[in-house]
Amino acid sequence: MEEKEKRRAHPYIPNSVPEIKEELLKEIGIESAEDIFGQIPEHLRLKRPLNIPKAITSEYELKKHVTNLLSKNKNCEEYLNFLGGGCWQHYVPAVCKTIMERDEFLSAYVGEAFADHGKFQAQFEYASCIGELVDMDMVNTPTYDWAMACATTVRMASRMTGRGKALIAASISPERLSCIENYAWSSTSDIETVKYDPKTGLLDVDDLKSKLSDDVCVLYMENPNFFGVIENQGQEIADLLHSKGALLSVGVDPISLGVLEPPAHYGADFACGDVQPMGIPMSYGGGLGGFIATHDEPKFVAEYPSLLFGIAETVEEGEYGFGEVLYERTSYASRDKAKDFLGTMAQLHGIVAGVYMALMGPQGMKELGEGLLQRASYAAKKLSSVKGVKAPLFDSYHFKEFTVNFDGTKKTVAEINKALLDHKIFGGKDLSKDFPEMGQSALFCVTELHSKEDIDMLADALASVVGM
Amino acid sequence: MIRHRLGLVVNPIAGMGGRLGLKGTDGEEVLRICRERGAIAEAPKKAVEALLRLAPLKNEIEIVTYAGEMGEIEAKDAGFNPTVIGKITPGDTTSEDTKKAAREIADYGVELLLFAGGDGTARDIYSAIKEKRQPVLGIPAGVKIHSGVFAINPRRAGELALLYLQGKTKDVKEAEVMDIDEEAFRKGRVSAALYGYLFIPHERTFVQSKKAGQAASDTMDLEGISYYILDHMEKHKDALYILGPGTTTRAIKEKLGEGYTLLGVDVAKGKRLVAFDADEEKLLEILSDAKEAFIVVTIIGGQGYIFGRGNQQISPKVIRKVGLDNLIVISTRNKVSALGHNPLLVDTGDEELDRALCGYIRVVTGYLEQRIMKVSA
Amino acid sequence: MEDVKLRNFHQAHWNEPIIFELSVPGRRGLIPPAPDEEIKKEAGDAKNLVPKGMFREQLPALPELDQKRVLAHYIHLAQETLGANLCNDISQGTCTMKYNPRINEELAAHPGIASLHPWQDVDTVQGILQMYYEFEEILKEISGMDKFSLHPQGGAHAVYTAASIMRAYHRDRGELDKRREIISAAFTHPCDHAAPATAGFRLIILPPSENGYPSIEAVKAAVSERTAGMFITNPEDTGIYNTEIDQFVKIVHDAGGLCFYDQANANVLLGIARAREAGFDMCHFNIHKTFGTPHGCSGPGLGALGVRDYLAKYLPFPTVEYDGEKYYLDFDRPESVGKIRQFQGPAGVLVRAYAWIRAVGQEYLKEVSEISTINHNYLQKKLQELIPEMDVPYAPGRRRLEEARYCWQKLFEATGISTTDIMRRVGDFGLQHYWTSHHPWVVPEPMTLEPCESYGKEDLDEYAAVLKHIRDEAYSDPEVVKNAPHKCASHKLADESALDDPKRWATTWRAYIKKKGRT
Repeated sequence: MEEKEKRRAHPYIPNSVPEIKEELLKEIGIESAEDIFGQIPEHLRLKRPLNIPKAITSEYELKKHVTNLLSKNKNCEEYLNFLGGGCWQHYVPAVCKTIMERDEFLSAYVGEAFADHGKFQAQFEYASCIGELVDMDMVNTPTYDWAMACATTVRMASRMTGRGKALIAASISPERLSCIENYAWSSTSDIETVKYDPKTGLLDVDDLKSKLSDDVCVLYMENPNFFGVIENQGQEIADLLHSKGALLSVGVDPISLGVLEPPAHYGADFACGDVQPMGIPMSYGGGLGGFIATHDEPKFVAEYPSLLFGIAETVEEGEYGFGEVLYERTSYASRDKAKDFLGTMAQLHGIVAGVYMALMGPQGMKELGEGLLQRASYAAKKLSSVKGVKAPLFDSYHFKEFTVNFDGTKKTVAEINKALLDHKIFGGKDLSKDFPEMGQSALFCVTELHSKEDIDMLADALASVVGM
Repeated sequence: MIRHRLGLVVNPIAGMGGRLGLKGTDGEEVLRICRERGAIAEAPKKAVEALLRLAPLKNEIEIVTYAGEMGEIEAKDAGFNPTVIGKITPGDTTSEDTKKAAREIADYGVELLLFAGGDGTARDIYSAIKEKRQPVLGIPAGVKIHSGVFAINPRRAGELALLYLQGKTKDVKEAEVMDIDEEAFRKGRVSAALYGYLFIPHERTFVQSKKAGQAASDTMDLEGISYYILDHMEKHKDALYILGPGTTTRAIKEKLGEGYTLLGVDVAKGKRLVAFDADEEKLLEILSDAKEAFIVVTIIGGQGYIFGRGNQQISPKVIRKVGLDNLIVISTRNKVSALGHNPLLVDTGDEELDRALCGYIRVVTGYLEQRIMKVSA
Repeated sequence: MEDVKLRNFHQAHWNEPIIFELSVPGRRGLIPPAPDEEIKKEAGDAKNLVPKGMFREQLPALPELDQKRVLAHYIHLAQETLGANLCNDISQGTCTMKYNPRINEELAAHPGIASLHPWQDVDTVQGILQMYYEFEEILKEISGMDKFSLHPQGGAHAVYTAASIMRAYHRDRGELDKRREIISAAFTHPCDHAAPATAGFRLIILPPSENGYPSIEAVKAAVSERTAGMFITNPEDTGIYNTEIDQFVKIVHDAGGLCFYDQANANVLLGIARAREAGFDMCHFNIHKTFGTPHGCSGPGLGALGVRDYLAKYLPFPTVEYDGEKYYLDFDRPESVGKIRQFQGPAGVLVRAYAWIRAVGQEYLKEVSEISTINHNYLQKKLQELIPEMDVPYAPGRRRLEEARYCWQKLFEATGISTTDIMRRVGDFGLQHYWTSHHPWVVPEPMTLEPCESYGKEDLDEYAAVLKHIRDEAYSDPEVVKNAPHKCASHKLADESALDDPKRWATTWRAYIKKKGRT
């Protein structure tokens, strides 16, 4: 009789070698794993094999299969991309890639500071660099993304002030607004938006005044805002809020901080944003990580839900060690009425952003920021030269993103973007659903990856698409 | 070189009654029986066991103690050369000697006062030094160990003392001094009282990096619990709140104004304290014209009692008057965990009531957290 | 077993300065591409492109380093980190990480995912949407749920999303004001307490009974007309399977609540038992745990949240749909809880997980569960043979599934060596330290090991031998255990209280410098 073909061990499962499995079963003193699973009541058991695809055990074949699927996508290296709005196509330096792929960081869990010392130091350095960018002394380890970061500042402000009403600038990302509405539900009884000036895109300070009452805990706004507009009324806004005992939280694109004043310089109490533009690939929106920074005062520190890694000396002379700052946060806090949870978030992206900031240094950040301002200015002008196209829609200064209005072309953004695909161009984010008051408008983004030629190509393509 | 001063008081007769089933050695008659029957003293042996753990600092510690079997002999047995400041009559020490020794040693000035004995000894130490903020630590050697001032075993007492002297454990925490009436106990009735609190070294459990959520911090829990009760009071503005003794209820009392008692039962209404250190009679009087009332109690002592230990003022009559649906039990998570899966206990002295209290009860452990606990009699 | 040789290990120790200390003015690590001259000319000086007062004159004081130094610095830091791919890490009970296959990193770096913008036209992202769709189908089969969301970036995030869904469900029924209590258990992961609390619920925690999980009587005592739902794990931290779980679910359902099954760690249930058969309304998987994706020092992960059909309308938008020809994103979900993270979730993690499940496939997925439970039961047997003091509290004689909560109390009482001493000492042998337990400890002196399928017999033998060795040291040389670690990348802090002191704590270098009074 032919011997039944021996089952091959799986490369990821060392003890799947049949002899070893047998040996272990024997050591345990059972016949099969069923002797253990048997304790699960019959009616709770799955009594059939799972109906899922068969194993692709050959690595080459697996690679081929997955790569085939990925190749069905049109990516931003093949296409010219002008999408931004919270996930941006900036250059990813080779050193960032190398560090991001190191197995030590990649596969590290929540080890203690003695054995995972490097991970702690890298995260401390990340926080230190963010601290320099925003000019604040207290920085968290990253949360999921910018949306969860800004929502967290709203909850922190609510706890700190004991107040339940939050004001949110209407000129922030609608996705982030949705996150705030969900996440701050239990801490804030009321969330109200503050209008933007339809002409300039800046915060409508009169509207803020009319909504600012004694029960407001915070105003959250963004600078540059979702439309790419650089806000210049920061100090006035901060003073207004502080005069009512409320706090100011400002979301910021960290890439802008080589050329733009950080929120702390105009009175903000919180700065937050996303680390993605700093050396992390977009990955279909997977490359995010949210930072939060504040002043280094116990009343702020006590309300952080995040891990905060602090530096301290070890028993060895001249050696740094790390540990968690103010582990028992609420000993300084008001009341634990509105808790936050903590879990696996985005630490690897924090580490990589730290590498990016160390590579760029102050000069790199300045040069990059200047170049973005210039490209955006050039691009807006260039697109405006297309008949029926208005860019930027708002009469204001813009950083790297700007709104483009197509009302004059009698075409919808959706139509235009579809047509641009034929030119291998990803046009700007369609704003017509979220901001109907802006008509057929889109949010365009340029980065340091865009040459003059790229921008001109967009303008030419637009001209041919709008066909006027 | 001497860097640390450690006080030592041994109650040489502690633990004698245990082997004879005498439930303690408080009272001269019992002691006489013990001595006549040749009971073996446990305390000296256990004191030495604890002191041996201090070996790493042997040359840096000055032990300050009383003569003979009250500390001198034990210190010498453990290899120390103690400073002896008081005299005794060997073989005839009393509770007064313990008190005198504790007072004099504390006055002499020590970083920590170690004592070996049981609940009775702890009470004596408490009555002698309760005015001072003198850190103490009990080496468990007596028959009755209900108080929280004792380490889990003699070895642990020595180790904790070592950590404290080395400065590795700097915190102190309040721990209960409790005792049961031995006379009543021998007759089969348990009547325990909470006498007060002493400061003991508090070794924080090493806390690992968070996988999620916060570690259990008593401060945090106490804040949360007290705000829970304050919010409860807000919703029941006209209700009376009978607040039992203890450090957990103190966190609430502190927020209600001056004059509260730690060991007594205070009463609040409309977020203000309206009666202090009330006894049963007083409670019944206040309750007589109350429309609604709640009882707020915590776990007292390590056994898990919520009624019948240290809060007998809240008598069966009081509990019935308030109603079983209006009992609020509060506790920090650490205290609940310390019970393992032992149930909460009630011993009101009224069997029928005890039976009615048995089952499952909610224990408020934070502003947003409650635990379901089993109650047994 | 007897011939296991312990490693004479020493971790890298670079005594690496903080990166700011390596800074030399003028050094550059990277030059960003400058705009074309024509752009510069057209746009003019950048200063004039910024509103008055908003141009940053004083540059951020980031460090200035050459490229090699940055690279070397971070490689040093990497070497001072014990990742799961390079060490024996069977010890993160409740969350042990699997092998993270290298091929998955290569795939995740493919421009077909790395260079995708989340707002691209769906016609240009059919490949990734197909992957979302197919992966969801697999998860649906494994769990019995009807629809999944891959938006949450971690397990706790998925739990929070589930709590948001419970909120929406009761709000729709007009009962949210009344139903604010969530029932959970003491040995269920604390994020199942914290996340619902964040969503506005109050937690009612059930204690374990003698068999390690709550009694039915306790569940009955906990439910009321205030019950919003239950968040529970099975097996909980003890590794003991709760055979009455479907009755728990029924009691909560009868009281009008919903039930969420925390399956963060489903390692031992793949193809064995599903959330659906136990009656749950929702469940989640930690993809970065059960499906082999990396933890990245704590994220990004992926918490896949599955729900039954009647809750699908509440999932975060957009969902991934298929019309028979084309994959698309459905934003038109008016009853959705909204967004809990921007875009479509951590897509890079999804790609890795998809590759993992395809590599394991139908033939080996159940093998994963079998080997996980065999590995655990082998290790537990070894440990109890080698270490007489080792206890495994609760339900004596009953086999644990994937892990156990061990108890070192007897050794502690005999020697004064605590579980945290042992945990630190483990690091000296090149193994990752172990997880004790969440606080507060219910089991005294706890240790939680979970040797998942990624580890071979020799790894289990090595870990057991090291623990046995340390146990012997507890008697023969307790000081060496107490003062551990000796051979790790760093040492104990001189004074931990600095981290709790506002005058001394520092989460940034600038704060440290200020507080130290250095320049």
